[in-house]
Amino acid sequence: MIKNINNLHSFKEWLFIFFLLAIATFLLPLLNIFAPEESVLHVPDYIFPLLGKYLCYALVALAIDLIWGYTGILSLGHGVFFSMGGYAMGMYLMRSIGKEGVYKSDLPDFMVFLDWKELPWYWLGFDYFAFTLLVILILPGLFAFTFGYFSFKSRIKGVYFAIITQAMTYALMLLFFRNNTGFGGNNGLTDFKQILGFSLQEPSTKMSLYIITTIVLFLSYVLSRYVVQSKLGRILTAIRDTESRVMFSGYNTIHYKLFIWTLSAFLCGIAGALYVPQVGIINPSEMQPSNSIEMAVWVAVGGRGTLSGALVGAGLVNWAKSWFTVAAPDYWLYFLGALFIIVTLYFPKGLVGIFARFNSEEKVRESA
Amino acid sequence: MGVDSKSRKMLARLLGVFLFLFVGLFSFSLGEANDFESALKDLGNKSRSKIKLAVKRLGNMGNPRALPALEALKNKRLKISEDGALIILNAVGDQGHDALNGNPVDLNSLTLRKPRINNSVRRVLSVAIGKLQLTSNDPEIRLTAAMQLQKKPTSGLVELVEKALDKENNNKVRKIFILILSKEGLNSDDKNKRLQSLNTISEFGNNDFKTDLEALLEKNDAGKFLESDPEIRNSAAKAISNIENRQFFINQIANLFYGLSLGSILLLAALGLAITFGLMGVINMAHGEMLMLGAYSTFLVQNLFKEYLPGFFEWYLLAAIPIAFMVSAMIGVLLERSIIRHLYGRPLETLLATWGISLILIQSVRLIFGAQNVAVANPSYLSGGIEVFHGVVLPFNRIAILIFVVFVVISVWTLLQKTSLGLQVRAVTQNRGMAACMGISTRKIDMYTFGLGSGVAGLGGLALSQIGNVGPELGQLYIVDSFMVVVTGGVGKIAGTVVGALGLGIINKFLEPVTGAVLGKIIVLILIIILIQKRPQGLFALKGRMVDN
Repeated sequence: MIKNINNLHSFKEWLFIFFLLAIATFLLPLLNIFAPEESVLHVPDYIFPLLGKYLCYALVALAIDLIWGYTGILSLGHGVFFSMGGYAMGMYLMRSIGKEGVYKSDLPDFMVFLDWKELPWYWLGFDYFAFTLLVILILPGLFAFTFGYFSFKSRIKGVYFAIITQAMTYALMLLFFRNNTGFGGNNGLTDFKQILGFSLQEPSTKMSLYIITTIVLFLSYVLSRYVVQSKLGRILTAIRDTESRVMFSGYNTIHYKLFIWTLSAFLCGIAGALYVPQVGIINPSEMQPSNSIEMAVWVAVGGRGTLSGALVGAGLVNWAKSWFTVAAPDYWLYFLGALFIIVTLYFPKGLVGIFARFNSEEKVRESA
Repeated sequence: MGVDSKSRKMLARLLGVFLFLFVGLFSFSLGEANDFESALKDLGNKSRSKIKLAVKRLGNMGNPRALPALEALKNKRLKISEDGALIILNAVGDQGHDALNGNPVDLNSLTLRKPRINNSVRRVLSVAIGKLQLTSNDPEIRLTAAMQLQKKPTSGLVELVEKALDKENNNKVRKIFILILSKEGLNSDDKNKRLQSLNTISEFGNNDFKTDLEALLEKNDAGKFLESDPEIRNSAAKAISNIENRQFFINQIANLFYGLSLGSILLLAALGLAITFGLMGVINMAHGEMLMLGAYSTFLVQNLFKEYLPGFFEWYLLAAIPIAFMVSAMIGVLLERSIIRHLYGRPLETLLATWGISLILIQSVRLIFGAQNVAVANPSYLSGGIEVFHGVVLPFNRIAILIFVVFVVISVWTLLQKTSLGLQVRAVTQNRGMAACMGISTRKIDMYTFGLGSGVAGLGGLALSQIGNVGPELGQLYIVDSFMVVVTGGVGKIAGTVVGALGLGIINKFLEPVTGAVLGKIIVLILIIILIQKRPQGLFALKGRMVDN
């Protein structure tokens, strides 16, 4: 097993990955704590939730790359899995507010506001972190499995699959927008106070969450790499290229598609759960169809079918979004729109593809 | 109800009132007239109880001459001069005339005070006005007055209504009068009269009578019926079930109409998509924005008419039809030439690229026209509606959209089935390579088809501008629904889209009263997802060799 993992990358590549991981988990926090504030090297507190957010998005991109980049199934509904993880975590955080809410009630504020007298049954259990963790790890995957089972069994694919996943996220968004559904309606869940007894306002809590996110992303990356490098991964790629030929060769493609689809939703749910305590809010707009499409473009920009591309794409697009919304909010949609068009028209392999092309051209030149 | 129809009604009412003033002047005897004048004068009295009495007297006299003064009193346009004369001001308040003789008065030379009225006076005032309107010459006024009386029962009504019923020749008004009498008749001492009233209500009544009927079936605390006569109780129960049945039937018809209306809107939104997606296999996520461009073109045409052709303003909508089509079609062709052409055969990529286009179009419109909704007015002939049943109003704009949809669908169908261009389009759809070999320029056909789909979407936008808000996000509201329609109906056939759209609209409207709007929509989406599982190609799938892949 260890040896298998060792073989996922060359020694040089592993070195690079651990170098990055060390910077993220040790250097940045150390610079935050020990570098004096006036120093250039000082890393300010606000950086950590921001980086944490990007890392969550990167995890989503990783998940989408597995299903889209490697298996060729475009999902426009990953916002649902993300939100499921997010809402589960949000419910736990709501419960741990206790009586510190505006209304000093044991119930979450929005329920007091709606004049509800007791907790709905589906909120039971979210007082316990272990239960919440279980829900986060199981629910998105289970939901995806059921949805995928019926879709793949009826051989829904390509555009049709994209459209019904979009309908799914749209339907759930409408459902969550209702106040009576019991998830805070429009406003969603927010005003969190603490997680596992640690105040969410404390810089140390934020930094810990960030470090946990980094490690989770690293582990997810290794897992994904392991999957796509295995024989299973080859079959997935084969399904992407010609599904019928894989079927004729005696493979039941439904099993493979279901596996990767469920795994993708599982990772996406974890990303949502890590996202919520760092950003401090989860609401139904996360399930807007446009959000899920944007997620797909992170992967497209970075480069489909390369895990590192997905990570880079998510980071860059979101960094650009942060920059634009401050510097030129009117032009962000132009930029994003142009990105969609240019990447699909001219760079179907994304940034990683461009980089690889330069690299190979150089090699050709050297050998010549 | 639009402002225009209201003001038209008002005008008709005023005309009627003046007509009556005229006739009234000659037809009343002197003694009555004196009595009338003194009552009218009392409206300016300082004692509230006297005013109240005067209002009641005027109402019971049934002399329509009192109407203008009473209405002015109600609308705070009646003023009293120092010498006790009643002055009626016009709506603006800059001119006035004497309530008794109708002579204009010079407002500047008079010091006016307000009449002393309070809510209790206002209550009798409405009743008196209602009573007077019952004797009006205009059936429209009588109808509104009768409906008013039906809502607010008053004592001493029976005689008045009976009198009015004798003279009434308008069937609608008669029916209401009879119903009012029946409602009063329920409390009569004569059993036969009560039974007869119940029969009438059972035959013509609507939901408003249910509480009265249910009162007849109530029990006291000891569990005994308050109404002792079992025959009456039976009859009342029968009447209730009759009314409920009728109401159920009416509701179903109303749902059907609203469903068809929603379906026609979905159809307009989805038809263009059915062409680009169904015939060309292009997932055009910017389709919603083509709708939006059509709506904004309508808005621009409206403004141009307002500016340069105010006389023909009512007809701007007709002029907007070709313009909305052309604008969306041109932009569609432009997009096809520049971007989509490069992506044929890569549907998922097209999806992303067109999504990018839609973002750019939304943001451009937002920067040009602002993020707020813009106002597109209904022409007067499209505002208002007809009430087919009690409480069921069919708005003219929705009826017009239904007709417009039929027109658009027939045009598109004819274009695709009966023209040589249509033949070429279908040929390219079925087998691109073969069509090219036969000498059809597939590139040109692609361009035309995409232009047609976009143009039809523009027409959809024009229709949407007549029933909803026009804003940059207009298209986003319809894009998911449009895809659902196309997917449900099946790709490649116009008939599928028609059935899909109307079916979804009707199912939605029938679910709505049971589940609420949001849950209804969710259920419909789930149904579609299940349907696609069963019939991945939609309801109307292409069969045989046409099915590629």
